[in-house]
Amino acid sequence: MTTTLPPVTAAQATEHGLTPDEFRRFCDAIGRVPNLVELGICSVMWSEHCSYKSSRAVLRGLPTTGPRVLQGPGENAGAIAIGDGLAVVFKIESHNHPSYIEPYQGAATGVGGILRDVFTMGARPIANLNSLRFGSLDHPRTRYLVGGVVSGIGGYGNCVGVPTVGGEIYFDKAYNENILVNAFTLGLVRADRIFRAKAAGVGNPVIYVGSKTGRDGIHGASLLASAEFDETSDQKRPTVQVGDPFTEKLLIEACLELMEKDFVIAIQDMGAAGLTSSSVEMAASGGLGISIDLDQVPKRETNLTPYEILLSESQERMLIIARAGAEQAVMDIFRKWDLDAEVIGTLTDDGLIRVRAGGQEVVQLPLDPLAHGAPVYERPYAPPAGQDELQRLDLAQIPLPGDYGQTLLRLLATPNIASKRWVFRQYDSLVGSNTVVGPGSDAAVMRVKGTTKAIALSVDCNSRYCLLDPYVGAMTAVVESARNVVCSGGEPLGVTNCLNFGNPEKPEIMWQFREAVRGLSDACNALGVPIVSGNVSFYNETDGRSIPPTPTVAMVGLLADVSQHTTQWFKGEGDVIVLLGRTREELGGSEYLAAVRDVVRGTPPWIDLSVEMQVQHVCTQAIREGLVRSAHDCAEGGLAVAVAECCIAGPGEPLGAEIEIEADIRPDAWLFGESQSRIVLSLRKKYVNRLRDLARDADVSCTVLGEVRGRRLRIGGLVDVSAADLRSAWADALAQQMEG
Amino acid sequence: MRWGVVTFPGSLDDADALHALEALGEPAVALWHKDRSLQGVDCVVLPGGFSYGDYLRAGALARFSPVMESVVGFAAAGGLVLGICNGFQVLCESGLLPGALIRNRSLSFICTTVHCRVEETDTPFTGAYGHAEVLALPIKHGEGCYVADPATLQALEDDRQVLLRYVDAAGRATEAANPNGSLRNIAGITNATRNVFGLMPHPEHACEALCGGVDGAGFFRSVRATLTDGLPTRTASVPPGL
Repeated sequence: MTTTLPPVTAAQATEHGLTPDEFRRFCDAIGRVPNLVELGICSVMWSEHCSYKSSRAVLRGLPTTGPRVLQGPGENAGAIAIGDGLAVVFKIESHNHPSYIEPYQGAATGVGGILRDVFTMGARPIANLNSLRFGSLDHPRTRYLVGGVVSGIGGYGNCVGVPTVGGEIYFDKAYNENILVNAFTLGLVRADRIFRAKAAGVGNPVIYVGSKTGRDGIHGASLLASAEFDETSDQKRPTVQVGDPFTEKLLIEACLELMEKDFVIAIQDMGAAGLTSSSVEMAASGGLGISIDLDQVPKRETNLTPYEILLSESQERMLIIARAGAEQAVMDIFRKWDLDAEVIGTLTDDGLIRVRAGGQEVVQLPLDPLAHGAPVYERPYAPPAGQDELQRLDLAQIPLPGDYGQTLLRLLATPNIASKRWVFRQYDSLVGSNTVVGPGSDAAVMRVKGTTKAIALSVDCNSRYCLLDPYVGAMTAVVESARNVVCSGGEPLGVTNCLNFGNPEKPEIMWQFREAVRGLSDACNALGVPIVSGNVSFYNETDGRSIPPTPTVAMVGLLADVSQHTTQWFKGEGDVIVLLGRTREELGGSEYLAAVRDVVRGTPPWIDLSVEMQVQHVCTQAIREGLVRSAHDCAEGGLAVAVAECCIAGPGEPLGAEIEIEADIRPDAWLFGESQSRIVLSLRKKYVNRLRDLARDADVSCTVLGEVRGRRLRIGGLVDVSAADLRSAWADALAQQMEG
Repeated sequence: MRWGVVTFPGSLDDADALHALEALGEPAVALWHKDRSLQGVDCVVLPGGFSYGDYLRAGALARFSPVMESVVGFAAAGGLVLGICNGFQVLCESGLLPGALIRNRSLSFICTTVHCRVEETDTPFTGAYGHAEVLALPIKHGEGCYVADPATLQALEDDRQVLLRYVDAAGRATEAANPNGSLRNIAGITNATRNVFGLMPHPEHACEALCGGVDGAGFFRSVRATLTDGLPTRTASVPPGL
């Protein structure tokens, strides 16, 4: 097997990010030394980003199956049946490195890419969420990054007609030089009309649709996403892609129109590694070969080399394997939407990818080594030095606050707890006419038109917990996102995750990764929710300093009856406030310690998965029986912040509450500790006994805390603050810090 | 009667307008930007979105589409045209309504619920509302700041062409209640012949109690009543000024 181009040198392989061993392995697999174009293909297919070579062995342990699962990991996105002949398709994906280098385009194309992963499967996207991590707001670059990322998410999402209905944002100096942008999309599809990326039928045409190919984003996957940052990172800006949401909107409509017909055999987004990965992966998963003529590829500029065309990550492009004979019909649909569409190749039976340009063959490689031949590394792992010391916390050294009310106000104004309205009001959360509960409650709730159902969506991760104990932290991300869904009236259906970590070649990072995956696995098994899709983002480091482990979890839940959707804020005076679950003397990893005492240490709150299950069960039962007026997960800032949010987070005037305190623990732990498996409910007085019965049957602690009353929040003799002051501290903090 | 909702490339709330009309029991058809035919509809809706990407100026390219040629003729003949958000921008760019919509004062996209006061009720679009009724309606736009030269503004006021103004919950047109910097808190205007109406809020997202409330339904009901029973008469006038 030979092509017309000369073989590369070992030095060129190194420049492409391949280790000497990997290069040797590839040469052995293809029986010769590749040429430059072929090396480019290998380098992206074998990159960490595309091959999961460091994570694959560890991820095998995750639960991915279940009776409702229609598609687990391995496709563009996961799919779960929701009844009525419908399914939800969803996935979360990182765009961390591009967003740090070029925040607007990095975040925008992150949204574009995850949308394509979902509509590629035939699903109409109905909801976007995102999970963002920034450095401290005091850091000189942070406000620029926040502004750029938020306007990039808005600029793209608002323009494609998919509402952004929720998400989470945290600020921590550990992300000063490596922010995280994780974008999530959920789509709705007929369960019998899910499209996949498995090619079939020798002789079937390969059709390129969407935007023209340009020089942007070359080596985004291999050089940008699969290496650490250093002082030269700014020079990588040209590897960041540029998004065009208008074209994406046309592409959504054209693809969904096409998918109503029977023309499509397989379809895949040209995402990371562009034309290369889409053609290699589709042909390889069908056990076939593929032949492509680059002269037929629509191009934005002249003189693009084969190397550039194959590795470009120009956005808003898809590759379709169509039924032979349907070429014109397919192209007509795209031209109706004023999009490019060209037949660029055919499926073959030789197990090869052959690429021609200018009449010459420039690539002739066996598909199997490209798609499946990347090494699988069992990387060494060991806890970081000082992990035990990090977990040591002597509460006797932590003084009690002098003024609990002031402490509460201060916590409400920390950017991690403060209202994120400044951010989410920049997102269209309404388009599509499905948004029942938008941003700002425990979970977003989207109705499913034509049914009585709704989908609840939450995304969560407390990376401080994960730093202190990645196993417990990852479990917490799962159970807390599930609790958010339950508080909104939903039943958890399935998970997608985005595992953001440092350099996996370091044993301590690998240890964090393995511990986190173990936590995800145990929690998902206990809750009975499968992980159907996900993404791993390694090398989140700058100059050798890693981010805290951040296994972001997005939970999707189902409400059988949309009328049972529940929001977090109190609904009216006279309602009784009840706490499900127990408060322990746990302050390790709390926002309170970090914000007020600048202490990040200890062990995160413990989780007993069976208790968690029972607490969620009681909440669900109570909502089903119509007992509940509001439900709110108790999380960062603890019980005092949770109750305060119930008072102030609603759309109307803020309400007050009278809370009795029954502390047999430190008062600051009772108020601000973050014990898990707790939910604050409010309900009419007449239902309290019924709730107690439900809790007793499930062996769940159920404590009447007090009552919604007046315009002040009073907690024992400790806190007495007007609801108006609580609201203004919470509502204005982020805007003031961003615009002040 | 029958409604037509135009889809430009980049229209986003076209399906939502069709959905709202369906929820209200109104028959409606989709109109395609490349077609000149309006399919005999009685009221044309220009929906929200980013027509042609709005990369030049919001609504600037849509006016050149084949369907807009027909819409301009339809409006000139007295046909009812309702432009929502991007549709309002298209109407201004097409010259069917005076003035222009420029970037929000904050320079940011804003998605939120605002209060609006119905200023005139003797129009085909607002007859179902009460005098000075305050509505809760969603807005979501980056370029919703209504501007016009002083003479145009005065003419709009004198001729009672301002149909909708941003107000606070108590109905006062204050500066704080103005979400985007629009002159005189203008949220929606009609033309001199009162058959073309453009507004930045999204009534189609306020037609169901489950999603966004029902305060927007009156605009559609007004058109239905006008075309069935004739024009509403003027009940009372809102005091001029802010």
